[in-house]
Amino acid sequence: MPTTASDATILTPPDSVPIARLQPSPPGRHFASVGWQDVLFEKTTLFFALFVLAMLVAIIASLVHGSIPALEEFGPKFFVTNVWNPVTHQFGALAPIYGTLVTSAIALLIGIPVSFGIALFLTEMCPPVLKRPLGTAVELLAAVPSIIYGMWGLFVFAPIFADTVQPALQNTLGRVWLIGAMFQGASNGIGMLAAGFILSVMVIPFIASVMRDVFEIVPPVLKESAYGIGCTTWEVVWNIVLPYTKVGVIGGIMLGLGRALGETMAVTFVIGNAYRISASLFAPGNSIASALANEFNEASNPIHLSSLITLGLILFMLTFIVLACSRLLLAQLAKGEGQET
Amino acid sequence: MNKYLLGLLGLTALACSAPALSADITGAGATFPYPIYAKWADAYKSKTGVGMNYQSIGSGGGIKQIQSKTVDFGASDAPLVPEELEKAGLMQFPAIIGGIVPVVNLEGVAPGALKFTGPVLADIYLGKIKSWDDKAITALNPGVKLPADPLTVVRRSDGSGTTFNFTNYLSKVSPEWKEKVGSATAVAWPEGIGGKGNEGVSSYVQRIKGSIGYVEYAYAKKNNMTYALVQNKEGAYPKPDNSTFQNAAAYADWKGAKDYYQIITDSPGKDSWPIAATSFILLQKVQDKPASGKEVLKFFDWAFKNGQKMADELDYVPLPASLVTQIEGSWKTELKDPSGKSIW
Repeated sequence: MPTTASDATILTPPDSVPIARLQPSPPGRHFASVGWQDVLFEKTTLFFALFVLAMLVAIIASLVHGSIPALEEFGPKFFVTNVWNPVTHQFGALAPIYGTLVTSAIALLIGIPVSFGIALFLTEMCPPVLKRPLGTAVELLAAVPSIIYGMWGLFVFAPIFADTVQPALQNTLGRVWLIGAMFQGASNGIGMLAAGFILSVMVIPFIASVMRDVFEIVPPVLKESAYGIGCTTWEVVWNIVLPYTKVGVIGGIMLGLGRALGETMAVTFVIGNAYRISASLFAPGNSIASALANEFNEASNPIHLSSLITLGLILFMLTFIVLACSRLLLAQLAKGEGQET
Repeated sequence: MNKYLLGLLGLTALACSAPALSADITGAGATFPYPIYAKWADAYKSKTGVGMNYQSIGSGGGIKQIQSKTVDFGASDAPLVPEELEKAGLMQFPAIIGGIVPVVNLEGVAPGALKFTGPVLADIYLGKIKSWDDKAITALNPGVKLPADPLTVVRRSDGSGTTFNFTNYLSKVSPEWKEKVGSATAVAWPEGIGGKGNEGVSSYVQRIKGSIGYVEYAYAKKNNMTYALVQNKEGAYPKPDNSTFQNAAAYADWKGAKDYYQIITDSPGKDSWPIAATSFILLQKVQDKPASGKEVLKFFDWAFKNGQKMADELDYVPLPASLVTQIEGSWKTELKDPSGKSIW
């Protein structure tokens, strides 16, 4: 009798679903389901679920184990020193951490407004003829392998970036007090800013398609009422759509941030791979993921290897912190909602 | 059910042991010689039926794999020091030669027209020479018109044998480089942007005006890049090609080098290219499986004697004949089976 059960769920209004779940299963179905197959099935699925957990624990454990030699050698100052010398075996992770955070921040700074615009256009203003092809195009962008972005970035994007965008930035933002230093230096199309740009192109499809999907689930009656009282499209989006979908939007942004933090190949191609922290975003830098990609092969000294594994652990912790923060943010938002009503 | 399972297990075991029966040899390590090893392996397989499976996982990985005996031979771009070999019970010998050339992106400068000395090259990579019209460069190149443009240094971002040999050369010719930076497969570069692999460095140099980089000769040749000449130990400026690379290996003192610990940069000889490089093969001194150990030796013996043309085609340089004789002599004295009998 599964049909009746599913019918019941469909008929129940969405907000009372939890109550429906609490109701006992219809008789008969219960009888049929008791048996060793069910137990086996339950245990098997439980095993799969636990297997994922075990993998996660195993990965963390091996990262921690691998990083012990480096942490014993350098102590907590590993995280705050800017030195990376495979010859004298002195290592510190500050430059790659800085590079990872800065490039991801640039990616989000560019990616969020653009994605928002794309999602807004697709859900609110797009002529129906264009809706499907444009939506598919955005999703296809997410399917491009990252090495392609890297090659495209190095061979196509970087020269154009060096000849047009960088001089333009240097002549405008570069003259502004305080932030001017960020846009100075040789414009050769390689560096932190270029890496941030490439990353933004890579995260846009993720953020934009999540935003579009959540914008579409806003009940039409809400939007129509707002339009009815004379709101402009912008007012509807800002005051109705965004508040209604903020959880989904933040989820999408975190998804994008997750990709930006861990991106390897595309960044390696354009970031310049120098263990340096400089004020200018035009200067070459390094990210954790690209440092790993570059040096793992030839690292034969145990301390060098262990330092690289520690970098991996740091990246793991960074993504974990990002996830935790987004959870916290969402919980905070949920609390706010409760007070309003 | 049990019988069926046993049968399945037996089958799997058979499938697993099958490659071992056909006596394929396995090697792992350095990426620099991968193209030529692969080509040799192909030709050797069609000739003898014995396959050679080489994984270019990097020298570091190759050293680890041969130490744990998971492969029949390891390969490294940098030689291991005798003490390290002793500790791990390994022997090493050089297998192939290559050359590293500086490449530049300067308008109106022909390949081979620009000249550097070792110390000037070191000062460029130390970041002390920042512009192309610096006196140190113009003094060496009276006939060449050099712009006042800033000089962009390009180097490898990944650990590599190319970097090892290049920084080894700079350490030999510049005390300051030796003290401040040193030599290794990856170093703490005081200056410049890093490209991944030879292809990364060559594409950066081709794109960025006023840049200088260093790549394997094959890459410079393939991409028609403007290479520069480097003064050698005798003060001459030889052209980089297969003969000057081989000269560097031939003039190097292999007889006096314990365990072939010899890096052929800054080699003596008027016609020796100063930044030549050898790639090394590592073997267990005591061969647990003498049969497969012998197959490895047979493969390299065949490659040394028949692989020259293939090496030339890929812009690698085969070892000089005198060196091959010496190497095969050491095989006889150094490689033993567990009972102490020589396997070659």
